[in-house]
Amino acid sequence: MRPDPAGVLTGAHYLDGDFACGEGAMAAGCRFVAGYPITPSTEVVERISRRFPAMGGTFIQMEDELASMAAVVGAAWTGTKAMTVTSGPGFSLMMENIGLAAMMETPCVVVNVQRGGPSTGLPTMVGQGDVMQARWGSHGDYEVIALTPQSPQEAFDLTIDAFNLSERFRVPVMFMMDECVGHMTERVVIPEPEEIDVVPRVLTDKSPQEFEPYSVNGTEIPEFARAGDGYRFHTTGLTHDERGYPVMSVDCQETCVSRLLDKINDNADEIVRFEEEGIEDAEVVVVTYGITARVARLAIDLARAEGVKVGLLRLIVIWPFAERRIRDLARSVGAMVVPEINYGQLVLEVERCAGGRCPVVSVTHGGGGVHDPAVIAKKIIEAGASRT
Amino acid sequence: MSVDTVGTRTDFPAEPPEHPTAPYLRMERIPHVWCPGCGIGTVVQCFATALERSGVDLDKASVVSGIGCSGRAAGYLKLDGFHATHGRAIPFATGLKLGRPELLVTVFSGDGDLSGIGGNHFIHAARRNMDLLVILINNFIYGMTGGQNAPTTPLTAKSSTMPFGNFEPPFNLPHLAASCGAPYVARWTCLHIRRLTWTLEEAIQRKGFRLVEVVAPCPPLYSRLNKLGTGLDGMSFYHDNAVIKHGADTRDLGIDFQESIVCGKFVDEEKPTFSELMDTHYDRVLGDKYVPMAPEGGWLHE
Amino acid sequence: MSEGGRVEVRVTGFGGQGVVLAGHIIGRACAIHAGKNATMIQSFGPEARGSACSATLAISDGEVLYPYIGRPDILVAMSSEGFEKYRDELKDDGILVYEQDLVHPVVKEGQRAYGAPSTRIAESLGRAIVQNIVMVGFFGATTGLVPVEALREAVEHSVPAGTEKLNLAAFDRGFEYHKNVLTQPALEVDRPPLEGAPG
Repeated sequence: MRPDPAGVLTGAHYLDGDFACGEGAMAAGCRFVAGYPITPSTEVVERISRRFPAMGGTFIQMEDELASMAAVVGAAWTGTKAMTVTSGPGFSLMMENIGLAAMMETPCVVVNVQRGGPSTGLPTMVGQGDVMQARWGSHGDYEVIALTPQSPQEAFDLTIDAFNLSERFRVPVMFMMDECVGHMTERVVIPEPEEIDVVPRVLTDKSPQEFEPYSVNGTEIPEFARAGDGYRFHTTGLTHDERGYPVMSVDCQETCVSRLLDKINDNADEIVRFEEEGIEDAEVVVVTYGITARVARLAIDLARAEGVKVGLLRLIVIWPFAERRIRDLARSVGAMVVPEINYGQLVLEVERCAGGRCPVVSVTHGGGGVHDPAVIAKKIIEAGASRT
Repeated sequence: MSVDTVGTRTDFPAEPPEHPTAPYLRMERIPHVWCPGCGIGTVVQCFATALERSGVDLDKASVVSGIGCSGRAAGYLKLDGFHATHGRAIPFATGLKLGRPELLVTVFSGDGDLSGIGGNHFIHAARRNMDLLVILINNFIYGMTGGQNAPTTPLTAKSSTMPFGNFEPPFNLPHLAASCGAPYVARWTCLHIRRLTWTLEEAIQRKGFRLVEVVAPCPPLYSRLNKLGTGLDGMSFYHDNAVIKHGADTRDLGIDFQESIVCGKFVDEEKPTFSELMDTHYDRVLGDKYVPMAPEGGWLHE
Repeated sequence: MSEGGRVEVRVTGFGGQGVVLAGHIIGRACAIHAGKNATMIQSFGPEARGSACSATLAISDGEVLYPYIGRPDILVAMSSEGFEKYRDELKDDGILVYEQDLVHPVVKEGQRAYGAPSTRIAESLGRAIVQNIVMVGFFGATTGLVPVEALREAVEHSVPAGTEKLNLAAFDRGFEYHKNVLTQPALEVDRPPLEGAPG
């Protein structure tokens, strides 16, 4: 359906990634944001807090990130689209209630503008070291969806997609920006409302008597009732049955948790997104994401100038992982090179999916800056040479 | 009916009549998890009665709990119920209230949940005057996990992690709430069924951050560790030691081990809530440009 | 995928001078009003409030892939500290645009330097705060990097509502200062700093 025009700032703008993300959220219909200030993400909520009062949105600066995430889950249960925004240290604090959102199957978006870590790390400087945390950060087994924009334009476009995916799958979606994208200012074109697709919160049409909050009837995603519509439902972070009642049993755990995993994994082909360049005859494929994908393109140019046949697989959705595509590529290419601004995180997934069928080379960077394209190029050239 | 006739009666109806509170409870979940002599069930009963008397639209009433024995209350009340994470009932409820401003949102949880792990949220919600009714059951101990020391455990009282007696000064919760600006603050014990029910009925009609603290016995843990006898002994103690002092200075409401418990309504004033402050402020500074969130929630669709 | 025709710019000055806004206007002029791509990155944290605040721009007719700059083609220096911090990175054939009352330029052979008394010009308009906009006008005239109309439009869209007229006047004064006063590039090669010299 079409968005509420009040949230769509149609036109060509010169915006940083943080502002663009905020605009994307408002265009997607987000009308509740709770957050706690943290560099380099704060500009997102600064933008939103300035624009929300004119569109029926509420921003609240909570006392910490624990509270921010809890408030987002609460607001999402009223049917209001909700988001929070943070960076590494705050992301760590949010993990408790990200788990709650996953367990309660709460649609919401968590923006993490990644900086260098661990701990307080490099508050104003770039990192990509939270990509595993986005997937595994809360305890127990659950699945999330995570996206990585490479530009302010994508910070806008993909934030809308993040909301749409969260609605479609009733899952918290991690929007994994990085400081570089968040703080770079570029042209951002915001389309007319008629050109934007948003997935609405679909409310159940069952009667309160027949409604059960976690009944799926053969589908994988339960129907949603919001607080205040007379359903008088119950939901809990405890392992629960279709009625949302706690049941402490092996059987209920199996049913409850496996569906949290299946609803994402069984639909991975619909969710996974990537972009390919020059893959057809590639001997080496660079697999990367976020700001590093832009830098890697320069490295690819350098390597091609040296005669290496090299292509790019840019991951847009990093969770669920592009497992099938990596598996297929591993059969046909000589090597994969994985640059990322961390000491080797998503490369572990690439290795897992390649399954030994081709060598996988990690190009690490501790954070605080992006890779020198020449460093990535050298790894590509080496990988290409070992192939021939 | 005298005691000695029990068991000889033959005129029971085929179906027992429905308990008056049944429409407010998820009867399919009864029996509940609470121990014999525990005070939490009494408070649930008082709250249900208060809801009935106040005539609020139950479809628009939500209850949010954290973790712990009292945190199970959200699971038994037949309202939209949210059993959130430990300590986060208040911020969860904040999102619920702001996401759909027309809701009556009640937080029902325990002393450890709301003043220990959730203490920061408690003081900030009181400071903001968030429109929440907070029912805090204070049994002086972490019950669900087996009787550990709480921020409310009285000095010298024993707990499983203070086996030689507590030496940390406890919170005076009414004073904490009042000094953060809460406009409605009351305390009862779970012996004071009628007064507690009246207070809850009144608190439902008030707005802003309303704290109703209810002191309740925990016979298998707090009472046992401190050799205080059964649940009934706990009630006798309240009977003999509860002192009703409406309007008492909240500084004087600390609870010492097995000393008097001052009860009553201590604060009852009118103050603009977070949402009212926001609306008034934006109306003033933004005028016609301000679009408040609709009572039924943020932009939905169709 | 080409980064052909890439031009790199650094704008520097002290916190409060409007360094980031100046960078934003130049970037916006390129990216929104002149059909180019321009990626701007600004100082953050204490640095943004300090004595050598800066904003960098990578400007290209093609795609800008690498967001950071190496050695800039153009250095716009509005404070002495900023100039001292960044002077060495200016390309050997780069252009220095500076606040002539605050910066004592030292340039290498092959580099060009253009100074304007942007603060005094701004003061003559009644508001010293528009010094940065004077400098943007002067930058536009001396570098010819962006069409003047694109820069004017960017100024109009980027300054606080109600201040457009003042800011456009500041822009025009900066632009005209070059056209009217500096009929040819001022070339100051390896001139030593004027210690203790008045502004």
